[in-house]
Amino acid sequence: MNMPYQGSPLEGGEQYPVPEADLEARVWALESLLAEKGLVSRDAIDRVVASYEQDIGPMIGAKVVARAWVDPAFRRRLLEDATRACAELDIAGMQGEHMVAVPNSEGIHNVVCCSLCSCYPWPVLGLPPTWYKNPQYRARLVADPRKLLQEDFELDLPNDVEIRVWDSSAEIRYFVLPQRPVGTEGLTEEELAALVTRDAMVGVARIEPGAGSPR
Amino acid sequence: MNGVHDLGGMHGLGRVEREKDEPVFHAEWERNVFGISYVLGRAAGLLTTDEGRFARESMPPLHYLAARYYERSLYAMTSNLVKKGVISEEELDARAQLFKSSPGTRPPRTENPALLEMVEQRMLRGRRSTERQVAEQPRFRVGDPVMTRNINPRGHTRLPRYARGKHAVIARLHGAFVYPDTYAHGLGENPQYVYSVRFDGQELWGDQAEPNTVVYLDLWESYLTPG
Repeated sequence: MNMPYQGSPLEGGEQYPVPEADLEARVWALESLLAEKGLVSRDAIDRVVASYEQDIGPMIGAKVVARAWVDPAFRRRLLEDATRACAELDIAGMQGEHMVAVPNSEGIHNVVCCSLCSCYPWPVLGLPPTWYKNPQYRARLVADPRKLLQEDFELDLPNDVEIRVWDSSAEIRYFVLPQRPVGTEGLTEEELAALVTRDAMVGVARIEPGAGSPR
Repeated sequence: MNGVHDLGGMHGLGRVEREKDEPVFHAEWERNVFGISYVLGRAAGLLTTDEGRFARESMPPLHYLAARYYERSLYAMTSNLVKKGVISEEELDARAQLFKSSPGTRPPRTENPALLEMVEQRMLRGRRSTERQVAEQPRFRVGDPVMTRNINPRGHTRLPRYARGKHAVIARLHGAFVYPDTYAHGLGENPQYVYSVRFDGQELWGDQAEPNTVVYLDLWESYLTPG
C-alpha cells in the first residue's frame, strides 16, 4: 500500500492500520490542548473511566433480570417501561434514558444490535464489547441472524423460533429479558442474578441451568 | 449518507471474533479517548451525539473499516473540534509530534473541581434525553402498514439502506425525539414521532431471507409513508 495508483482511494498515501504509537501521541496531544483550554481535566477523565471500568456493567442488568424472574409485578412494569422500572432499583444514566426490555419466550428469541454504529444500553450492560461494534456483527445480524448465532455464538435456534432483531437506530436502548432456566426454583434472587450473562442480555446466548458467573 | 458505516446486509466481512474476558479498554489511549469524549460531550456541551455519528460516518471508507473502534471515536472527536475552531489540525499535529518524539511523557496532571463535580452529578447519574413534546398528533398508529421512503441524503440519517422502500408495520409509538437528519448539521431539533417498525425478513432480503426472522427499526415519522 506504499504506491497508490492514480485515482486510488489511498492517493493520500495513508497506511492502515495506523500505528498505535501515533494514536497514543495524538490522544496525549488532544488531552493537553483541551486541558489548557479548561475543557477537560485529568480528574474528570479518570472519574468517567473508573465508573465504566468498575461500576457500570452487566451485573447491574443481571439484577434487573433476576428481579423480573421472582416478581411478576416488576416484570410487568419492566416490560411496560424499562426506564422507569430500572429507576426503581436506582439504575439510570447515559444511554439509558429510553430503555426497552424485550422478553424471550418459547417461540420468540430476541437479539440486539446497532448496524449503523454501536448504540447499547450502557446503564444495564456497561460499555459494549468490541465484537458488537465491529463491522462483521453489524452487517450480518440483521440479514442472517439464525446462521450467525449458530456459527459464531454456538446458539442453535430452530426455524420454528421467531428471531426478532432489534436494530437500535434511534435513542431507544434495548436489552433482552432472557427466560428463567428450568430447575432454578430454589435459588435466591442473588443466585439467580449470578446466572445472567451479558451475552444473554444482548441475545447472543441463552442461560442454561447451572450456567457460570456473569460476564 | 450512503457511507461504509451503513453495514446492514453487507457480505464478505468475515466471522465475528470474540476476545475471551475482554477488558473494557485495551490501552491507555482508548481509556482517554472515551473519557475525553464523554467530558466534552456532556460537560463542555461541545459535541452532540448526532454530530459525532455523522463525523464517524464521514471517515474515508478504508480508514473506517481498518480502524479500531476508539480510533473512529478519536477521528470523530478531532474532526468536529477542528470544524468548530476549538483546536486546529496544525496545533494538534505539532503537539502530537512532541509526545511522539519523547515516548513516556504525559500531559501534566490537571484538576478542575467544577468539571469533576459536573461529571459526578449530572453525567453519571443524569439524563440527557432527546425526547421532546410536540403539538402535532402522531400520523401513524400501532398496526398501520407503512412503507419506508427511498431517501438518499448526503448528510446524516438513521434510515439504513437495507430498509429503504420497504413495506413494514407500526409496532409501537415511542414518543417525539430530536430529528438527527437536521440536528447533526446544526439545522435545528425539529422533533418528530419515532416508531418501532417491524419488517419481515423476506421483505428485506427476498429469496435469501432466513425463515421466521423479523427486524425492528426505530424510525422517525418523515422516513415513513402510509403503506
